[in-house]
Amino acid sequence: MSYDALRHFADSWGLLAMALLFLTLIAWPFRPSARARNQEAANMIFKDDEHG
Amino acid sequence: MDGLVTKAGGWLGLALLAFVMAALAVDAPFSAHMIIVALACLAMLWATISRADYGALARGVLKMPANQGVYDDDPIRWGVIATLFWGIAGMAAGLYIALQLAFPALNLNLEYTTFGRLRPLHTSAVIFAFGGNALIATSFYVVQRTCRARLAFPNLARFVFWGYQLFIVLAATGYLMGVTEAKEYAEPEWYVDLWLTIVWVAYLTVFVGTIVKRREPHIYVANWFYLSFIVTIAMLHIVNNLSIPASFLGSKSYAAFAGVQDALTQWWYGHNAVGFFLTAGFLAMMYYFVPKQAERPVYSYRLSIIHFWSLIFLYIWAGPHHLHYTALPDWAQTLGMVFSVILWMPSWGGMINGLMTLNGAWDKIRTDPIIRMMVMALAFYGMSTFEGPMMSIKWVNSMSHYTDWTIGHVHSGALGWNGMITFACVYYLVPRLWGRQRLYSLRMVNWHFWLATVGIVFYAASMWVAGIMQGLMWREYGADGYLVYSFAESVAAMHPMYLIRAAGGAMYLAGFLIMIVNVWATLAGRVRTEKPMTETPYNAAADRPLVPVPAE
Repeated sequence: MSYDALRHFADSWGLLAMALLFLTLIAWPFRPSARARNQEAANMIFKDDEHG
Repeated sequence: MDGLVTKAGGWLGLALLAFVMAALAVDAPFSAHMIIVALACLAMLWATISRADYGALARGVLKMPANQGVYDDDPIRWGVIATLFWGIAGMAAGLYIALQLAFPALNLNLEYTTFGRLRPLHTSAVIFAFGGNALIATSFYVVQRTCRARLAFPNLARFVFWGYQLFIVLAATGYLMGVTEAKEYAEPEWYVDLWLTIVWVAYLTVFVGTIVKRREPHIYVANWFYLSFIVTIAMLHIVNNLSIPASFLGSKSYAAFAGVQDALTQWWYGHNAVGFFLTAGFLAMMYYFVPKQAERPVYSYRLSIIHFWSLIFLYIWAGPHHLHYTALPDWAQTLGMVFSVILWMPSWGGMINGLMTLNGAWDKIRTDPIIRMMVMALAFYGMSTFEGPMMSIKWVNSMSHYTDWTIGHVHSGALGWNGMITFACVYYLVPRLWGRQRLYSLRMVNWHFWLATVGIVFYAASMWVAGIMQGLMWREYGADGYLVYSFAESVAAMHPMYLIRAAGGAMYLAGFLIMIVNVWATLAGRVRTEKPMTETPYNAAADRPLVPVPAE
């Protein structure tokens, strides 16, 4: 693949794929079923007394 | 017995190999480095054949608890001590070179103590030795607790610790002898780079191995940040240090890239070293130790995930802002500027997430000096992540670049954010790791806090003034079209600001020395009798509702 072709791929499909992946990853914790899991994950560090 | 003979023979063989390489070396610094390696191998040989339990001896000397506990904490205790030890070296070197700028005679007219050689010694000692040991120690602490699993590969974890110290010694002695690749924050030469690569892969193996054997289904967000730090640093280190040695028995190598490609690779490395070593790694500390010390969960777990992915996706593009108005193509400069400005948002999201963790417990800022340090660290994280994007804007950069404003910006981040959060974490860790009831003195933590904070204010404020003054003097044209000031005039005008900066650095170092005393006494098992941090005596007379006064 030439530099030119790579560059055009990067600022079209590559950019689109990266943007969609980013938005998916950002949106993932906002799905309704994630609420309880987030709560649990945030409190997980307090479960043990062995300064855990 | 056979195993012992093989091991001892192996160490002896490595020591002899290093001695042979020292003898055949084409330059003196390489020879000196091979002698250091040979001595390290001989020390390992001695440790092998004397068959003494050095772990137990060290536990005695350092007064570590005999009970090994659920988790493998010995490498963490060593790491805490190494953090403090290298901290003294790095900060003292920084103060010394700050004084050299004010009083050039302090270079002692020796090549080994010139600014050019001590400056990388300072930056590497504080970033990689002080910060790096803190990151390795806290990551081993956090990954065990949040995965509820002992460290995978305990011997490899010990190799990571000692191998990293050898890397620091080789890098630091190299700088003094003038061994450098001349790449900022990536100065060590090819053979030291190879050694760090081996140590780093071992580090990754221990960390990932511990995550794999976890007994907790979810991987806590702090571990995401630690993992991204380890993986990204490996990638940056390898690509930026691609080079060809002039001789396999010499300390000189030539970079694989040339010209503007080399410059862009270097600042792709340099800025992401800031992004993933000094930001992601220390944010991992923040996401574990701030909630633990505040005794309440992080404000928003969702926001921490947004923070994580935004840093991952955005930071990697910001490097070109170090090369504004250079031979780098204009579009690349603009790209770097735009991504730097976008980075402001996730950075402040993370800062808000850390600060708001204290929501409902703001009184802890008054009563708990460790929380106070964490809050100040987050405040400086916010300040420097606002200042950075601002300075990356070309219009601002045209004045701020190459001036001391940059130095001020770096130090408000390094002293304020990295330093303060590390101090707070060490204060959190020491009583727990050594099984003490509490720190020797909380009031000394408070002294440390104020000395450090005021020191940073002196440092940053003097460098803002110095930088803007330099920038304006350099671009001042007279009516006839000539530059008004010579460069030497701008240097002379800096003298008072350099003195104020050195005073700020001295205060910061003084606070750190108080910390050393405090930690030392805590290790010795002493507890200072002192008044508690707050006294709010009960006042029965004042403790009653206001009587409503009827309107007249």
